[in-house]
Amino acid sequence: MSDKKLMKGNEAIAEAAIEAGCRFYFGYPITPQTEVAAYMAKRMPKIGGVFLQAESELAAVNMVYGVASAGKRAMTSSSSPGISLKSEGISYLAGCDLPALIVNVQRGGPGLGGIQPSQSDYFQATRGGGHGDYHILVLAPASVQEMADFTVKAFDLADKWRVPAMLLSDGTLGQMMEPVSMEHYEAKTFDKPWAVTGTGMAREHNIINSLYLDPQKLEIENFRRYERYERIKAEEAMWEEYLMDDAEICVTAYGISARVARSAVTAARAQGIKAGMIRPQTLWPFPVKPFEDSLEHVRAYIDVEMSMGQMIEDVRLATRCARPVCLSNRVGGMIPSTEQVLAKIKEIAGGLDK
Amino acid sequence: MSIVFEAPKSLIDVPRHYCPGCTHGIIHRLVAEVIDELGIEGRTVGIAPVGCAVVAYDYFRCDMVEAAHGRAPAVATGLKRAMPENIIFSYQGDGDLASIGMAETVHAAARGENITVIFVNNAIYGMTGGQMAPTTLPGQVTQTSPYGRDTATTGFPIRVCELLRELDGAQYLERVSVDCVKNVLQAKKAIKKAFVNQIEGRGFSLVEILSSCPTNWGMTPQDALRWIEEKMIPYYPLGVYKDAAAKEAQ
Amino acid sequence: MADIKIVFAGFGGQGILFAGKLVAYKGLLENKYVSWLPSYGPEMRGGTANCSVIVSDEQIGSPMVPTPDILMVMNGPSLDTFEDCVAPGGRIFADSSLIDRKVRRTDVETFYVPASQMANEAGMPALANMILAGKLLKETPALSGGSIDAVLGKIISARHKDMLEQNRKALEMGFAV
Repeated sequence: MSDKKLMKGNEAIAEAAIEAGCRFYFGYPITPQTEVAAYMAKRMPKIGGVFLQAESELAAVNMVYGVASAGKRAMTSSSSPGISLKSEGISYLAGCDLPALIVNVQRGGPGLGGIQPSQSDYFQATRGGGHGDYHILVLAPASVQEMADFTVKAFDLADKWRVPAMLLSDGTLGQMMEPVSMEHYEAKTFDKPWAVTGTGMAREHNIINSLYLDPQKLEIENFRRYERYERIKAEEAMWEEYLMDDAEICVTAYGISARVARSAVTAARAQGIKAGMIRPQTLWPFPVKPFEDSLEHVRAYIDVEMSMGQMIEDVRLATRCARPVCLSNRVGGMIPSTEQVLAKIKEIAGGLDK
Repeated sequence: MSIVFEAPKSLIDVPRHYCPGCTHGIIHRLVAEVIDELGIEGRTVGIAPVGCAVVAYDYFRCDMVEAAHGRAPAVATGLKRAMPENIIFSYQGDGDLASIGMAETVHAAARGENITVIFVNNAIYGMTGGQMAPTTLPGQVTQTSPYGRDTATTGFPIRVCELLRELDGAQYLERVSVDCVKNVLQAKKAIKKAFVNQIEGRGFSLVEILSSCPTNWGMTPQDALRWIEEKMIPYYPLGVYKDAAAKEAQ
Repeated sequence: MADIKIVFAGFGGQGILFAGKLVAYKGLLENKYVSWLPSYGPEMRGGTANCSVIVSDEQIGSPMVPTPDILMVMNGPSLDTFEDCVAPGGRIFADSSLIDRKVRRTDVETFYVPASQMANEAGMPALANMILAGKLLKETPALSGGSIDAVLGKIISARHKDMLEQNRKALEMGFAV
């Protein structure tokens, strides 16, 4: 472990993005993600990259759109209110099939909300956030190591599928330090013949565009994009299972909530309760398979979220509402405690025994 | 037989959607002639706005990007930072540039982004059917100022060149018009300078072009050109508002 | 040891977060799992500051530390806030030169070190945190072995050799208490 160093989650994202070959960062200050920008401001000039503090979130995401149009890896990062502002640009990125990375270090909402950690942007992230029919890839790290690993993965997936990717994190993961190793990354490159790099008078012009005034053409584009989404769903869902082999109670959570849930599951097992955990690592595509498989032995699900219950809808869909799914949550910047989740597990276990 | 007149090579030979008498066509041609003369088509990337010129990506033969409403200067910033050797221009209308995209315009100028902005000012929102623009003249009737623009409630038109000239980052700002041959020739000179500035790495160059909109102004093309001369030019005086390089040379 | 959960608390500017980082790195270099979680927000700017550190033999679940085994505390308000959270049988390391009351709990072990006074007298007033952290490391067997230089080398840039020297000296002062 000694080859590892302690990094803040936000710094790990930034360094991993550089490892992934990203040389263009555009951002705007907002707590609790500002360390990403600060790190990039220090590093980018030293490696020939571009760090630019934009005049707004709108401008930042559109600068990303420009770089992505040129076929290069670009990213922006923000926290919840800033992501709302970026949503216009994210819709355009999706509509133009441009790969890019958007990082959301979530904080409490709605409105200006608070600055403490939250998971209340799940709907916004997994349902698109902006206008129109589209999805973006959503990766949900649960450790600082995953903040780094998933950043690299997000760039690769975005390039592979020509879909914008979001790293959906939260203030806790952004601010906390854990050991990280980045020695295992391989820089992948992708051909981007669609990029607007100048025709060089050697080819027809490329156009980056999401406008189709002919409704029939727009419909075809949407159908095509959704065919691609189906393939992504089939191939790219990622999840972790913990003590699920014989679990009767399945706790499900992503990100920082999953850390709490894991502790609670461990404690429940110590008390003889057959609890396990499914932790989605991709939120879109949502990992349906482990939930389907779990129906064989799981009798009830407990969804742990720092929201009023957003991922719970996907859990219900994935389990086809065949079992009860209940919520154990804190919101507004509060974080659920291990004891709270454990108490819920025990309550449900008691109910099952009756 | 020698050719004395032909279409610019960097303009694609397709029917364009602009209304009869609209001067967008002239401005497209001027931009394309400049691209041809400078021999930069192969390394130029243009940005189309949201507005009447929204499908300009189908008209210019260089690589093109369609930007969200008002965001062209931010997109141009990304493109230019990613490809400093390429020539990046945005083509924007008054609503796009001076209303919804004012922040992007001002900050791209303030940063001195080495880009070329072609700003078409026709004092109205054309594509959506003729609403009041940030550059609509006092008293001017539009769909959303049906009794004439009342400055007491809607404020005053924005003079973009005058506004931007106070920014240290702005390199070159000129207002031209395409209402008559003399002015068209001057407009081309200005556009060329704005591209040359970029080639020479001088920074942010913007050419504001007073343009007609006969359809939404409710005029014949001839009357529309006369309206530019008689109404617009007095409010938006033509000329060079900033030329940092020329100042340096002195 | 399965795990050690520590809360560091005091005023912003006392090096509370840095002391936590030192202990986390000590754990890392001993091949433990570690996490370090700061409070963040406006309280960082001159108000109270605290961080939670977990050093564990096993993968760490929740990085939150609602009931610390150890509390290292460097001002009165933080003692007021965190004293009751400490696990029964836990330990409190307090800077007695800045906290004018005693710990009220009787089910915890208490170490009073006049760290700020010692630091002032030694001419390095900014390093009271290291003196108190030195004491904490010494009294925590799972963390007291091994070289402290390796840790300091990790958290202090090589360019600041004089700072490294001073920090080592402060830690040694804490060890010697």
